Amino acid sequence: MVRQVEHALFPVALVLFAALGPFVLEPFDLVNLSAFSAMAIAALGLAFVWGTLGILNLGHSVFFGLGAYAYAIAVSNLGDSTLAVLIGIALAVAFSLVLGYFLFFSRLGDVYLGVITLCVTLIFYSFMMSTADPSFHIGPVPLGGFNGITAVPSLNMPGDPQVFLSTEATFSICLLSLAGAYVLLSLLRSSDAGRIMTAIRESELRSELLGYDIRFYKLVGFAVSAAIAGLGGALYTAVMGYVSPNVFDLPQASQFVLWVIAGGLGAFVGPVVASFGFQLLSSQLGANQVFNTELIFGATIILFVMLVPQGLQPMLLGLSSLKFPNRFGILRRKEKPA
Amino acid sequence: MDSFVILCFAVVNSIALLALISLGLAVIFGMMRVINFAHGEFIMLGGYATVIANHAGVNLWLSMLVVAPIFVALIGAVTERLIVRRLYGHLITTMLATWGLSLFLIGAVTAIFGNTTMGVSAPLGNIPIGAYSIGAYQLFLIGITALLVVSSLLALHWTKYGLIARAAMQNSEMAATLGINCDRVYAATFIVGAAISGLAGALLAPISGVLPHMGAAYVARAFVTVISGGGALITGFLSAATILGPVEALLSYFATPVIGQASLLLLAVIILRLFPTGVSSLWTGGR
Repeated sequence: MVRQVEHALFPVALVLFAALGPFVLEPFDLVNLSAFSAMAIAALGLAFVWGTLGILNLGHSVFFGLGAYAYAIAVSNLGDSTLAVLIGIALAVAFSLVLGYFLFFSRLGDVYLGVITLCVTLIFYSFMMSTADPSFHIGPVPLGGFNGITAVPSLNMPGDPQVFLSTEATFSICLLSLAGAYVLLSLLRSSDAGRIMTAIRESELRSELLGYDIRFYKLVGFAVSAAIAGLGGALYTAVMGYVSPNVFDLPQASQFVLWVIAGGLGAFVGPVVASFGFQLLSSQLGANQVFNTELIFGATIILFVMLVPQGLQPMLLGLSSLKFPNRFGILRRKEKPA
Repeated sequence: MDSFVILCFAVVNSIALLALISLGLAVIFGMMRVINFAHGEFIMLGGYATVIANHAGVNLWLSMLVVAPIFVALIGAVTERLIVRRLYGHLITTMLATWGLSLFLIGAVTAIFGNTTMGVSAPLGNIPIGAYSIGAYQLFLIGITALLVVSSLLALHWTKYGLIARAAMQNSEMAATLGINCDRVYAATFIVGAAISGLAGALLAPISGVLPHMGAAYVARAFVTVISGGGALITGFLSAATILGPVEALLSYFATPVIGQASLLLLAVIILRLFPTGVSSLWTGGR
């Protein structure tokens, strides 16, 4: 019961913020918070696939980046942002299905999954970096190499491409999408399929002996997380107005992983809060040019992994043993060699 | 004819390069089942050690072959003591922690030396082949890589240390009951692996230059090679390099280097689909 209330409270808070934010915040903060929530949406996708299904995806940013690029290309070609967002999601899902087929049907272990997914994102990075030549274009949109795609149109009124949405409306849409993703993933996690996914995380062998096709569930979970990440990427590009190969680089990939570890593996609220917290922090640090972001990310990842492996949400709420059994175990599981 | 020789040279060179950048990782992964995500940064540090020592007046060969491996071995020793040792058996945690280390090292080097490429000029000049020429230094790289691989193989199979190391790797509990200090073996392995990575970075510095993010260029290929090689320590990654290297070289030659790298990854994913424990499972029986 407590847990249901807790689950309901968070999206309600997000919706309230989406409604009230435009009245109290400056436009600059609204844009920033819109971008933060687009990233937080993608982080939720990783929190789901890693925390619930136990799939260690270090290259979650691939799907974020694909959504971002697909939006940028589609919106300029089609002129309508609603369809472009959907295309962003669809491309991320399509790629996740292809990649997931190879990964899960090969029955690769966690470590292999992590390595391969990270390599995939690095390859995308070097590919997009090599597209500076004007011959790389889709429709009228040049891919732009290092510079990426600039001047991407923002969100417009669904069905009416002439009317662009205001900063306030975009902010509300981003936060509502975050709330929506949260609700969707929470429902999925507590559904029958979600319970099976949790069972797969706890023991693949046992789940398989019970007759579940773990490869299928992993593929579905992977695709769901990709869809969420694609949505985040598309919204991010719409808010920022540009996309560059940096969406595929190491710091980007590490951000998502860091937020999920820091927020608490297996939790949803924690990663979202952590993503906002760390983004605020790094935008402050970045604005002051105090420290190099990679240095900070790296040190924070080491600190969390070594000292607070269960993450902030379970630690702060003291939930690690009560409500999320074996959460600690996901990260600190003793393993046989893969 | 000349272009054919050049192409063959490119293929051999590509295999050697893959072997060189993966050997350090293969030693650590093969022996300890630890994925060292900071591998690319160990390579990067080896490169920096070489360039800085050379700029400080140390002979180039000395800074490549002595200074860089020793420096990175020290970094490896510190890493082993502070991070890896505390997490033995926790595969994923080790991987995440070394990933953090990787970013930390990139950030630290950027903060100290700036985000610019530093370099030393490649020694040894060129060897003409018809209308083309190949760098003699590249030949040297191929030779030293072969030497490194063969001596690792010999060290593992013909020395007492190799026997102990293989025992600790195959069954650490059994080895421990026989009086082998497995922690010490692991520490030594990690340090040796780090030193080899540092040496690789040092050897690459004259041809690629060094910059803080250079690790990322090697790390994907090194991981993919080691993983698709599988359980057999040396033969596994060597055979993977032999399969992947030509594909990368040929596609880089006929298309672009990026397509070469992408096809290397694609091929590795296909290999893993066919042999989930790597190509070496063909002759080790899936260990």
